Amino acid sequence: MPFEWLVALRYLREGRLQTVLILAGVVGGVAVILFLTTLISQLQASIIERTLGSQAHVVIRPLEEVNRNVLPADGTAAIVQPRAQRLRSVDQWEAIVRLVARTPDVVAVSPVVTGAGFAIRGTASKAIALIGVDAERYRRVVRMDDYMKRGRFEVAGVGAVIGVELARDLGVDLGDKIRVRSAENRDELLTVTGVFDIGNRDLNRRWVFTTIKLAQSLLDLAGGVSNVDVTVNDIFAAERVAELLRAQTGLTVESWMQTNAQLLAALRNQSVSNTLIRAFVVVIVAVGIASVLVVSVVQKQREIGILRAMGTSPRRIMTVFLLQGGIYGLVGSVAGSGLAFGLLAFFSRVYRNADGSALFAAELDPMVALRVCGLAVVIGLLAAALPARRAARMDPVQAIRM
Amino acid sequence: MILSAGSSAVSDPAAGAPAIVELHGIRKSYGVGTPVETEVLHGIDARIGEGEFVALVGPSGSGKSTLLNIIGLLERPTAGRLAIGGRDIAGLGEADLTELRGRSIGFIFQFHHLLPGFSALENVMMPAIIDRGAPDRDSEQRARALLGRVGLAGAERKRPSQLSGGMQQRVAIARALLLSPRLILADEPTGNLDTRSADEIFSLLREFNRDAKSACLIVTHDPRLAARCDRCIEIVDGRVAGAPE
Repeated sequence: MPFEWLVALRYLREGRLQTVLILAGVVGGVAVILFLTTLISQLQASIIERTLGSQAHVVIRPLEEVNRNVLPADGTAAIVQPRAQRLRSVDQWEAIVRLVARTPDVVAVSPVVTGAGFAIRGTASKAIALIGVDAERYRRVVRMDDYMKRGRFEVAGVGAVIGVELARDLGVDLGDKIRVRSAENRDELLTVTGVFDIGNRDLNRRWVFTTIKLAQSLLDLAGGVSNVDVTVNDIFAAERVAELLRAQTGLTVESWMQTNAQLLAALRNQSVSNTLIRAFVVVIVAVGIASVLVVSVVQKQREIGILRAMGTSPRRIMTVFLLQGGIYGLVGSVAGSGLAFGLLAFFSRVYRNADGSALFAAELDPMVALRVCGLAVVIGLLAAALPARRAARMDPVQAIRM
Repeated sequence: MILSAGSSAVSDPAAGAPAIVELHGIRKSYGVGTPVETEVLHGIDARIGEGEFVALVGPSGSGKSTLLNIIGLLERPTAGRLAIGGRDIAGLGEADLTELRGRSIGFIFQFHHLLPGFSALENVMMPAIIDRGAPDRDSEQRARALLGRVGLAGAERKRPSQLSGGMQQRVAIARALLLSPRLILADEPTGNLDTRSADEIFSLLREFNRDAKSACLIVTHDPRLAARCDRCIEIVDGRVAGAPE
């Protein structure tokens, strides 16, 4: 074993209590950082997953209509008044679908016809949202296949896919027929070809999928679509893509980041507080390592003098103390990763979702763990820099006289 | 034999063996440039031949230890010329001094100064570990042999705290001898030992001096031991006694 390692390890072994205490500090610090990071990133991922599970990343809709007075009074630029919004088609939607498909970062695009209506069976009548889609395109925006309880997510002819709640309310199942009447007072008899459970009772009760063509005729929107749904490859790029499309089309383009601004702010604040906690833990651990080594340098003053007298260069003395800091970081972070995994395993059993499934998985991303270990070693070395310099600069004559 | 200031110490043919240590007008001041500047060595001229066994004597505070530290390359003189083994140290940087010190000089301190975290064997091996970068078979065998020579066979695994003062000093001697340095500097090596142990330690040093031809410079207060050396250099008030003012 090289001289520097031999001496560094022996010093660590000699200062048993100091070593154990500071290692406990590093282990705790690394475990807290890893545990928090893993927990928060998993919870955030699951919240985003749930939020975006039933909605498109970006939605393109027609501009809202407003009333403008043609001849405003003198000294007034314009008078703009809000008005009731009727169901309208996205102008030139086929061209827009092609444009969107060519836009970078866009993974899927699906034209959608949606409007209000009722589902009627016997004397029961339920308010629904009629959604006309091309199943092939739409399942790439909302992963309907994952939510199917019975049947398949296919709409053709007069087929309809409805939610479990609606199916129960109307007492229907696959193959049964329901009458759907639109707000425009047109009606059609549909056959249930699939039942989904999207995890949201309200949507399960209201959503009725059918073909674009059928929805168009029911909603009196011949040849038109009410909105274009878009999926992007990086969910946090949604706003950027939306801005681009807004500029290109001049239509109303909303990203999930706008419609869920509160959620996004909450996620960001959570990340900021996590970063703050991590920074404080890092500083505390670094100060701990540095102070232990400063004490050690003072305690070993005479030995440093002897080593210098025997021909050890100041640089090697410095290495001996830097190594101790690095070893604290390395050993502490490896043990800390183990502890973090233990904490995750334990708490994933304690905390559960309402349905009994685990709130988060007891999984430690190896890359995250590796990065934290690397960080701990660097922090250890940095924390040791000051004490190590002090040891290296010690005057051997003074040191020996002590 | 004491050389006086101004004499041609270096090339003096009467000096016999080639010199391991040559001192020329060595001065040492502390607190240079401050109001409390004090000069503790006022121009020391001296010479130690290869394999010589020399006592360095003088009252407390006379500057013996400072001189020893300067010869041991732990401190630089404020003025004057110092050569170790014919090599002038004036032009050497810290790294060269460290290497020269490790290879050519063995130290024995008054309070043994062993490394408490290492076994007796590891302590003896330490100069080789430092010099070669890591322990090796060869130096371990040498260290075992040396521990045997100083009468500590069987104590290899013991920590310094498990050894008596005399035994610790023997370990320190073995350590100083490991790399067969051409010069051994001993600062009151028997200072805190009883008479019997002191005699044994002194005899050991003489023995090694005779066998290995290592020159020895021993600081001592004991006139009995000083008398058993080849010659004495006496320092009084920062000057070599007998030298002209």
